[in-house]
Amino acid sequence: MSVILERRPTPSGLMGWLAPVLALVMTVAASVLLFLLLGLPAGAALHAFFIEPVSSRYGLAELAVKAAPLIMIGVALSIGFRAQVFNIGAEGQLILGGIAGGAVALALYPVNGWFVLPLMALAGIAGGMGWAAIPALLKTRFGANEILTSLMLTYVAVLLLSYMVTGPLRDPDGFNFPESRLFQSSALLPRILSGTRLHIGFPIAIAIALIGWVFLSRTLLGFALRINGEAPRAARFAGFNSGRLVWVALLIGGGVSGLAGLFEVAGPIGQLLPNISPGYGFTAIIVAFLGRLHPVGVVFAGLVMALSYLGGEAAQITMNLPVAVTGVFQGMLLFFLLAADVLINYRLRWSGKTRSITSSQP
Amino acid sequence: MSDALILSILTIVTASTPLVFAGIGELVVERSGVLNLGVEGMILVGAVSGFALANLSGSATIGVVGACVAGAVLASLFAFLTLNLKSSQVATGLALTIFGAGVSALMGQSYVGIAVGGLPKMNMPGLTDLPVIGPLLFGHDALVYLSFALVASVTWFLRRSRAGLVLRAVGDSHDSAHALGYRVIRVRWGAILFGGACSGLAGAYLSLAYTPMWAENMSAGRGWIALALVVFAVWQPGRLLLGAYIFGGISILQLHIQALGLSVPSQLMSMLPYVVTIIVLVVISRDSARIRRNAPASIGKPFHPTA
Repeated sequence: MSVILERRPTPSGLMGWLAPVLALVMTVAASVLLFLLLGLPAGAALHAFFIEPVSSRYGLAELAVKAAPLIMIGVALSIGFRAQVFNIGAEGQLILGGIAGGAVALALYPVNGWFVLPLMALAGIAGGMGWAAIPALLKTRFGANEILTSLMLTYVAVLLLSYMVTGPLRDPDGFNFPESRLFQSSALLPRILSGTRLHIGFPIAIAIALIGWVFLSRTLLGFALRINGEAPRAARFAGFNSGRLVWVALLIGGGVSGLAGLFEVAGPIGQLLPNISPGYGFTAIIVAFLGRLHPVGVVFAGLVMALSYLGGEAAQITMNLPVAVTGVFQGMLLFFLLAADVLINYRLRWSGKTRSITSSQP
Repeated sequence: MSDALILSILTIVTASTPLVFAGIGELVVERSGVLNLGVEGMILVGAVSGFALANLSGSATIGVVGACVAGAVLASLFAFLTLNLKSSQVATGLALTIFGAGVSALMGQSYVGIAVGGLPKMNMPGLTDLPVIGPLLFGHDALVYLSFALVASVTWFLRRSRAGLVLRAVGDSHDSAHALGYRVIRVRWGAILFGGACSGLAGAYLSLAYTPMWAENMSAGRGWIALALVVFAVWQPGRLLLGAYIFGGISILQLHIQALGLSVPSQLMSMLPYVVTIIVLVVISRDSARIRRNAPASIGKPFHPTA
């Protein structure tokens, strides 16, 4: 007896949405194993990781603070991934958005006014777009693989930020610490829930998810992007310009990531630091896949992954677990999701010695 | 030749060797028609496993072997998902890198800041003491010689051996290879495991020879540079060796320029290897006909056996 994979006549839509749930269940089960391996009481560790962080008003607000960049970038990346444009340098585009937006705040310092934040937001979007334009240009003009170029640019962006906060944008009164000065009050995002750090980035992220949904399902450009990914030949026959779609996908990803980066520096951080993101740009890749490359799914996936950050921090404090547990959890989740996705196109069948003919249909 | 020059050539060798290991492993994987983007994750897990085992056992050899095994174990996850469960190679490779970074940080928690003896340098009485060519030819650690031997063996394997021919056939047209009766899945499993072991070796070289210590994310993008090197090499082992040494040279050169005390900020100099990688990719990719001629034709495509 063995298990064989039998190809479904048509992909299962139900499994498409059940697979993430199945993956989550398996990840939690594997986490229990991991906790036991580390010699921890599994029940208490699970509670510390998944329940405690969201059992207070403050905790829920923090969840939204962390989910905002993940949802924004996740939606933007989904649009690109749908078109088979693999922008995996969102982290770099986020950093450039933070640098550009932060630089505007510092250039205007100490001017306050209603126009400061909009200018910063525009600069953040432009910074992220500009950074994403490099892989777009190299892909369309020279055929260079966007996976490798966008990722290399992330390393460059990290170094650029480090240079900025130790050089041109360093706080002149900061005793040579590698950080900028604290932004003026009107360069900070308005908070929307007193006593918490929840800022307007979260509602904006939800709005971006809705816009992304309409864009993908109701506009010609969104349709062209989807067809380009699902049936490139059909897209060519339909006259969609694939080079243009690469540009659109990367610019959307870059612009939204840049805005997310600006929200980080103008929101929870309030200044430029050598490190402005705990890998949101990379985690957003998982968010996009976990959310089925669908903006609504991405909202839920973003909340789940935000919880993994909070859980990691809480487990560090209460259980003395290393923060790296977050990365392990996120990686496991993506693995289980990819494994569970097999059920979309195949079903499992127990087979005896005779192999069924249907099992090997293409 | 001055001692300083000899010394910098020796450091270029240690900087290039991990790229040779990771690159040659990925080259074989890609020649079998599979794109594994998880090199960075496998290097990190190899680095931490090698360091931890060398530390616990007191033997660098055990560390190196353990790193190979660890890399292959991680690669087997990738192989199972992409080959048996037909998952997307791009997504699974990314998952491997994210997972590897997390697992290595978790495993290495208690090893941060500890020093280890590192790999011993070869010392052949008489030969190593020769002026100039002594240290250049006979003064490296064993893994440097292994890296050259590996490139030579892979060249021979791909060009001259029957198994290498099968591997290339699988990479160029998995359907034809399958129709001829070759076990596509099995060949690719082998290639992926080999690639994982090589990445593990690259990691061990980083944590035991290049900088004998463990730090989170110490590979600093070398896995991705190795992936770019395979494209640069147009899938030819000899060119991969050349490319790895050019990159090793650049990363050491920028350190020397920094040490000269020029007024260029250190961060801008540190960008050099990444920027050069991009430039090289662009220059190679411009010639799309050449890429198409040399790239394994089935690379990245999932294999669904037909009857």
